[in-house]
Amino acid sequence: MALKMVKGSIDRMFDKNLQDLVRGIRNHKEDEAKYISTCIDEIKQELKQDNIAVKANAVCKLTYLQMLGYDVSWAAFNIIEVMSSSKFTYKRIGYLAASQCFHEGTDVIMLTTNQIRKDLSSPNQYDTGVALTGLSCFVTPDLARDLANDIMTLMSHTKPYIRKKAVLIMYKVFLKYPESLRPAFPRLKEKLEDPDPGVQSAAVNVICELARRNPKNYLSLAPLFFKLMTSSTNNWVLIKIIKLFGALTPLEPRLGKKLIEPLTNLIHSTSAMSLLYECVNTVIAVTKIVLIIVRINILSCTVVKYLGLLAMSKILKTHPKSVQSHKDLILQCLDDKDESIRLRALDLLYGMVSKKNLMEIVKKLMIHVDKAEGTTYRDELLTKIIDICSQSNYQYITNFEWYISILVELTRLEGTRHGHLIASQMLDVAIRVKAIRGFAVAQMAMLLDNAHLLAGNTQRNGICEVLYAAAWICGEFSEHLEDPLQTLEAMLRPKVTTLPGHIQAVYVQNAVKLFAAVLTRRETAGEKQAAQETTEMLIEKLPQFVQSADLEVQERASCILQLVKYIQKLQAKEVSVAEEVTALFAGELNPVAPKAQKKVPVPEGLDLDAWINEPPSESESEDEKPKAIFQEDEPKHSRPRLTELDEQELARRREARKQEQANNPFYIKSSPSPQKSYQDTPGVDHIPVVQIDLTVPLKVPGMPISDQYLKLEEERRLKQKQEKKDKKKKKKKEKHGKSRRHDSAHTESEEDIAPAQRVDIVTEEMPENALPSDEDDKDSNDPYKALDIDLDKPLADSEKLPVRTHRPSRTEGLKSPDVDTTAEEQRPKKSKEKDKKKDKERKVCYFSGHKDHLFNLLQNPSNHQHLNYKVYDIQGNLQDGSQVVVSVIFENNCTDFLKSMEFNVLDSLNTRLVRPSGASVHDGIAVPFQLPPGVSNEARFVFTVQSIVMPQKLKGTLTFIVKTEDGSTHEKLDFKLHFTCTSYLITTPCYSDAFAKLLESEELKVNALKLDSINMPFHHLLAKICFHHHFSVVERIDSCASMYSRSIQGHHVCLLVKSVSMPSCGQ
Amino acid sequence: MMQFMLLFSRQGKLRLQKWYVPLSDKEKKKITRELVQTVLARKPKMCSFLEWRDLKIVYKRYASLYFCCAIEDQDNELITLEIIHRYVELLDKYFGSVCELDIIFNFEKAYFILDEFLLGGEAQETSKKNVLKAIEQADLLQEDPAVLEVKMFKIHLPGLSIFILNDKSALQANG
Repeated sequence: MALKMVKGSIDRMFDKNLQDLVRGIRNHKEDEAKYISTCIDEIKQELKQDNIAVKANAVCKLTYLQMLGYDVSWAAFNIIEVMSSSKFTYKRIGYLAASQCFHEGTDVIMLTTNQIRKDLSSPNQYDTGVALTGLSCFVTPDLARDLANDIMTLMSHTKPYIRKKAVLIMYKVFLKYPESLRPAFPRLKEKLEDPDPGVQSAAVNVICELARRNPKNYLSLAPLFFKLMTSSTNNWVLIKIIKLFGALTPLEPRLGKKLIEPLTNLIHSTSAMSLLYECVNTVIAVTKIVLIIVRINILSCTVVKYLGLLAMSKILKTHPKSVQSHKDLILQCLDDKDESIRLRALDLLYGMVSKKNLMEIVKKLMIHVDKAEGTTYRDELLTKIIDICSQSNYQYITNFEWYISILVELTRLEGTRHGHLIASQMLDVAIRVKAIRGFAVAQMAMLLDNAHLLAGNTQRNGICEVLYAAAWICGEFSEHLEDPLQTLEAMLRPKVTTLPGHIQAVYVQNAVKLFAAVLTRRETAGEKQAAQETTEMLIEKLPQFVQSADLEVQERASCILQLVKYIQKLQAKEVSVAEEVTALFAGELNPVAPKAQKKVPVPEGLDLDAWINEPPSESESEDEKPKAIFQEDEPKHSRPRLTELDEQELARRREARKQEQANNPFYIKSSPSPQKSYQDTPGVDHIPVVQIDLTVPLKVPGMPISDQYLKLEEERRLKQKQEKKDKKKKKKKEKHGKSRRHDSAHTESEEDIAPAQRVDIVTEEMPENALPSDEDDKDSNDPYKALDIDLDKPLADSEKLPVRTHRPSRTEGLKSPDVDTTAEEQRPKKSKEKDKKKDKERKVCYFSGHKDHLFNLLQNPSNHQHLNYKVYDIQGNLQDGSQVVVSVIFENNCTDFLKSMEFNVLDSLNTRLVRPSGASVHDGIAVPFQLPPGVSNEARFVFTVQSIVMPQKLKGTLTFIVKTEDGSTHEKLDFKLHFTCTSYLITTPCYSDAFAKLLESEELKVNALKLDSINMPFHHLLAKICFHHHFSVVERIDSCASMYSRSIQGHHVCLLVKSVSMPSCGQ
Repeated sequence: MMQFMLLFSRQGKLRLQKWYVPLSDKEKKKITRELVQTVLARKPKMCSFLEWRDLKIVYKRYASLYFCCAIEDQDNELITLEIIHRYVELLDKYFGSVCELDIIFNFEKAYFILDEFLLGGEAQETSKKNVLKAIEQADLLQEDPAVLEVKMFKIHLPGLSIFILNDKSALQANG
């Protein structure tokens, strides 16, 4: 038995360690999964053992397996066990495993809180370090809340190694537990001036990250950062600071000017490309000067080229002209091997185009389209071309014929996915630019003629979408067609039936429009026979659509077939039908803005969510499909009604509807496809139809080459310029003085280029009384929003990091009036105060050592029968040098409810209560809460102060209503507010060298006094001064301490506190 | 702030991963797969930066290993390259001309070095010397694995303890 045990132990000793596992996995390449599953079984066995070394080994292996993608969440508890080992070796492994495997969803994480707290306070700095590192990876809101205070303490650890880690991890804590930001921020700020560069850079990192998200709260730090920027030589820190300034400057434009000099210096002096890049970026964001572009462009390695392009795109937003001069360089980048560079360059081109260079740039792009390999890039090019041309409502297009021909050329691209994009552009241009319709129709007819080229081999070919647009344009604007019959024939070719359904549907619909056009021409020319032939042809061709598998096509085709048959009948009776058929499609189509529907205001009293009818019961609704009622019906899917109507009735209805549409601002066209539904009429069917066999040349004849427009355009511009010059000369001759002003307004810029043809871009229609834009809902889920906290507001007592304690009374000391006041009153008497005051106006700030001034606290006997109140702090407002905030705690001592409290102060010349605008000086400020019995609450009041060098006393009254069982009574409480000079001080950290310099400067006035009968420990005394009078300790040696503070108006106040009697008494 | 760092081989095998944002395992796997594919598909002369989702990817290849970092939109790509390089230098110093195998077999060490260098996605120590010093100090605290095994042995085999004890003391003397 014993032997067995021994044997087992020896086996265990030869357990696989990590190296063996890795080796094993490498040796079992073919059955890796199987091998690993046996390993996991072994690990499970190992984890069951008591030996922590074995467990740690197992956990280490698990961490490796986790990386390979195996689920190890089942071992979370074992990981915690290893984490809590007292040996660093295992602890390290445990924390590593935890940081890799734990996430917010891991439920055992809460078990770690105490262990982590223990490790954080470990005497061994590496224990603490390892815990901090681990925590940074798996901190949860709960952990953040519970440990925030511990981590904050570590920020002042003696070892910089711990300090810097603690500072960095604070950022994660802030993210998870935003409430910790305000209490922790002062200390974080102190760390900006930490003697250790690592800690300093950590603090810069954290504050920069915070400030980037919510820059406005950090504006007050700008001077400090500015100092750091000019003094630091650490590039890593500099980059962060510069980035921070980039975020701050938009809020404080004056910063920009200050920054230019140091930034330019850095740009010229640094050898670090990363720093240079950061500077350039910030300069772009910050200033209006573009001085460095050239330096970036000279550099040619890929990485820098990429960033250069990036930077240029930023410049482009503000200074398009300066970038435009680099057009050639950017076009060159289109030839780069790296796709990302090419795409960047494309982005740039988008912003660079102007009326002048659009054609040229697009021409270059077209060349690239031809050369481009790989459909993705080519598609990207295609979309960019269209984007570039169509941006801001075709602003830069001077010649739409050119644009149409570009679009037509683009259709020749093979295998592009963006057929619909081209199609929608064609439709848009044809509809909105009336002048271009003739040309567009001609081009489209050509496209339709050559449809087989496009539709080509595969049905999936996206480009055939273009035919949809072509067919519609030809149909709708058929009056511009030269030979509608030819186009009609082209649209009825058998090959068409291979096109996708929705395109066929459009074909059928527009065939009728064309038919109408043909009829009109024939009849006006008196060629009745020819007209009948056309009808015949239609009747013969349409059945191929009637047989279509696509319902939509089938339906339309059969309707139309009937209509045409009816026409044929009429024709047989020698009735002229053209006019009436044309009437079917009368009416102008106007484009409607895409957002028009959204903009329609909901009429008053209309509740869109309310049921019109009572909702059907569950059982009924099952077989019904109510969605069909409100389905978004695109016109092409609309169902033509199959009622038999005579033509007059038809025309009448049409007219009526047109009228209605014209008057109805809410009528919206959802896509430019035909939206009319028609009835059909029977016809005749015995006219022989000529079979037309079109042999189409491979190269599209007469397909416009967009290049020709380039040349034309140049010539035209030249001519224009010439003309203008002539005109100008004339003008100059005519009127001397005035012409100059005129000139400057219209400089020789692109604005001068007149469009080639009178282009009338129809603006999209919007409904009347459209609501103002309501887009861009901001993302409310932004995790950084929670950190948008005003950091300059003084800390309230309630804002403390939660401290776990068994004695909840600990914080009471601060609030309880008895403790505070008694201590306060005794405190200052005995210390010898030497206070030195520097102030720019050469005034002396007196520190009065008298008991009643000491703490501005509460002068009220405070035991009014109902209400007890206490001013516990008066503090300067950091943002405004002339304001102080007075915090008052109100406590209800009686058993009745207190309400309608009003706080009023008799203003003095120097100090005034800030009242809401509109209130007179005699009005009180309502306290924003009511007090149930026994409850206390804090309110704050802001005062403006003019001079801060003298103490102030203000009288005031508090009125309130006591609500008792038998009614309510009005009560009043008088009080006095004491503003001592220390009320205007703001706790500001100061280092001993700076302090010494201040003392040496001899600008301080000196004043000393001695106080007796203080008996409390010296460090208590210091703490009191710090807390109540907003001083910070600079240095303390035994029973002597130097302290520093700064007033809200920037006066320095130095204080030397010395206890004169023996320290053993605790002075 | 850096979002995550991945190390993978030319064959697409993940060698190291460090996530500075909390993500589910599934999401991590998906991202890893996607990025490894994207980066491996790029040609050697191509730019080291690419935009991916709303992040920027900065990668660099060292011998057979790709170092790949994801940073936020506003971060500086060049400094990220610098960080990668600094990490490689650290590995190199620690292992003595590091190779992929070093990282595979001592992956926990590679993590420890990374943790001393970066914390929560920010560079915490810019001095190489300090990072290495911290690692060495921590390593000193760590007990020699050989000693550990010997200890284990001692616990389970009381009969052999004399021999083991001798061995241990010898090891300690060496250490």
